[in-house]
Amino acid sequence: MANPTIAEKFESYLDYPGMKKGLFGWIFSIDHKRIGLLYLVSMVLFFAVGVTLAFIMKLEMLSPGKDVVDPQTYNTLFTLHGVIMIFLFIIPGIPAVFGNFFLPIQLGAKDVAFPRLNLLSWWLYMIGGIFAIVSLFLQGGPIDTGWTFYVPYSIRTTTNVILPLLGAFILGFSSILTGLNFITTVHRLRAPGMTFFKMPLFVWALYSTAWIQVVSTPVVGITIVLVIIERIFQIGIFDPALGGDPILFQHLFWIYSHPAVYIMILPAMGVVSEILPTFAKRTIFGYKAIAYSSLAIAFIGYFVWAHHMFTSGMSDTSRMIFSLLTFVVAIPSGVKVFNWIATLYKGSIDLRPPLVYVMLFIFLFSIGGLTGLILGSLATDVHIHDTYFVVAHFHYVMFGGTIIILFGALHYWLPKMFGRMYNEKVANIAAGIIFVGFNILYFTMFILGYQGMPRRYWSYLPEYQTLHIISTVGSWILILGMIVMFWNLIYGVLKGKSAGDNPWGGTTLEWQIQSPPIMENFHEIPTITHEPYYHAAAINTEDNKHKKIDEGENE
Amino acid sequence: MTDNHNKEHHLIGYGTYFMIWLSLISLTVLTVSIAGVNFGSIALLIALLIAAIKSGLVINYFMHIKFDDIIFKIFFLVAMATLFAIFVLTSFDIFFR
Repeated sequence: MANPTIAEKFESYLDYPGMKKGLFGWIFSIDHKRIGLLYLVSMVLFFAVGVTLAFIMKLEMLSPGKDVVDPQTYNTLFTLHGVIMIFLFIIPGIPAVFGNFFLPIQLGAKDVAFPRLNLLSWWLYMIGGIFAIVSLFLQGGPIDTGWTFYVPYSIRTTTNVILPLLGAFILGFSSILTGLNFITTVHRLRAPGMTFFKMPLFVWALYSTAWIQVVSTPVVGITIVLVIIERIFQIGIFDPALGGDPILFQHLFWIYSHPAVYIMILPAMGVVSEILPTFAKRTIFGYKAIAYSSLAIAFIGYFVWAHHMFTSGMSDTSRMIFSLLTFVVAIPSGVKVFNWIATLYKGSIDLRPPLVYVMLFIFLFSIGGLTGLILGSLATDVHIHDTYFVVAHFHYVMFGGTIIILFGALHYWLPKMFGRMYNEKVANIAAGIIFVGFNILYFTMFILGYQGMPRRYWSYLPEYQTLHIISTVGSWILILGMIVMFWNLIYGVLKGKSAGDNPWGGTTLEWQIQSPPIMENFHEIPTITHEPYYHAAAINTEDNKHKKIDEGENE
Repeated sequence: MTDNHNKEHHLIGYGTYFMIWLSLISLTVLTVSIAGVNFGSIALLIALLIAAIKSGLVINYFMHIKFDDIIFKIFFLVAMATLFAIFVLTSFDIFFR
């Protein structure tokens, strides 16, 4: 990048004396970096709750019949695990944390287009989360519908349905406002010289994601309102006993919730496209193909929703059309994976923790993606629908894809966010433990599902027990790996050695500024003259810096 | 943007706003009135058509899209095209079930 603004030892956004002090200086800050960290802390807390619920569920699966919880509690456990992980963790996920922090910096801007709206998004996120949590403790008991809120059960159950639904409605607003903010920022606040095709691919991914957030989230908002109205006034929109159409609910729910899968995965794909060129020390292979494939995934992602409904009783015409469209979405995803692998070809590969996570991602996401094709085929889907096969596929894509990359993004960008480095050896060991635990936990579910183990069942036939035990042991290994990883990162942030401004030799704008960044990111807005992953210019300067960091670690 | 802003003030007067409002009221009355007539399977299409005309008026005049940059029109058309495709795809279930 031309005119990099390298600033040393200026007051960072972490120390900036704002209008308010202490906690208020954070929860009322309109700085995009502070808001990104607010999201990070709140999301990690919700993630910990979600993991704990899953841990209890897996314990219950150790043997048929009751181990630790009764059936009704098990129903609420899987519902809350889904609601928390999906609506409070993985949907805001990468855009809310790293998008907020790095989108303006990568564009050469001082902040997002609407900083106050950005803060409002975080507040709405917290209010939505509180609604969902409060519902657990009110009379009626926690929601037990599954995270999909399917009717007619969600209309008839006596548990607290309305409050978590309202929570999801409010969270939807948070998502829409963030999307709106990002679209406007990309269109209005790019630095001089930064054309669309000079934007980093993470920005492209966020831009595509933002469109999905803005266009599809209102659909689920309206659907939620309809369910609430039906519960209160018994109108008969979805409940067949009142003349409604329950499959209509499934259409409306998945018109949002399938594109929402791309809200979750597209930003992760953007992070992969950032990490790979940095650690392959070469420009990305097929920049435009990756950029366009993000838009293509976002667009085609709207038209495949009913592949969640093959066994629901909808028309055969629909089933065939949606099965075909589902296969089409594999094309842009394949384009991306091909370009990532090709980027590594003849690159000067530097296998450090962020790249290790990307390797895990490519492996796990490919398994998740390919098993998606088995589910997308009508004939095979009928056999494995609503079994552990679906659970395994979903977790390979969402955990093996998005969350693994969220971990990778933490390892990639945390040194920039806090200016300190974690222990790389421990990070690699943690990644190894996570990989082993992950596959033991979820691969067994593919086999269980194929053998006919239904999802969401509290008990099972004795022949499934061995695989259930193996799977539960896998969950312990996975949790151990995550504890080591978070401990290493937190220790690094608090007490790690100075990371320097550009520990990885990155070429995008965030690596040309101080670590941690100053409040306004740049002393002078840079002018962009070439593409984002231009390593030729960087080799001379960055290699020297790289060596220094390596030497620093050995001190 | 400033130029567009000025243009808006030149182009839309209170009279236009009033006429749009009257049209919206009239179309609402029309929707309610023809709901009592049995149009059979095309009743839904008629209701959707009237609703589309109403939203077109609101979007173009009250939301000023008619007088805005081409980029906003493209954004809007892409969103509408997506919505239309969703309607068509849903209809494959509704009409062939």
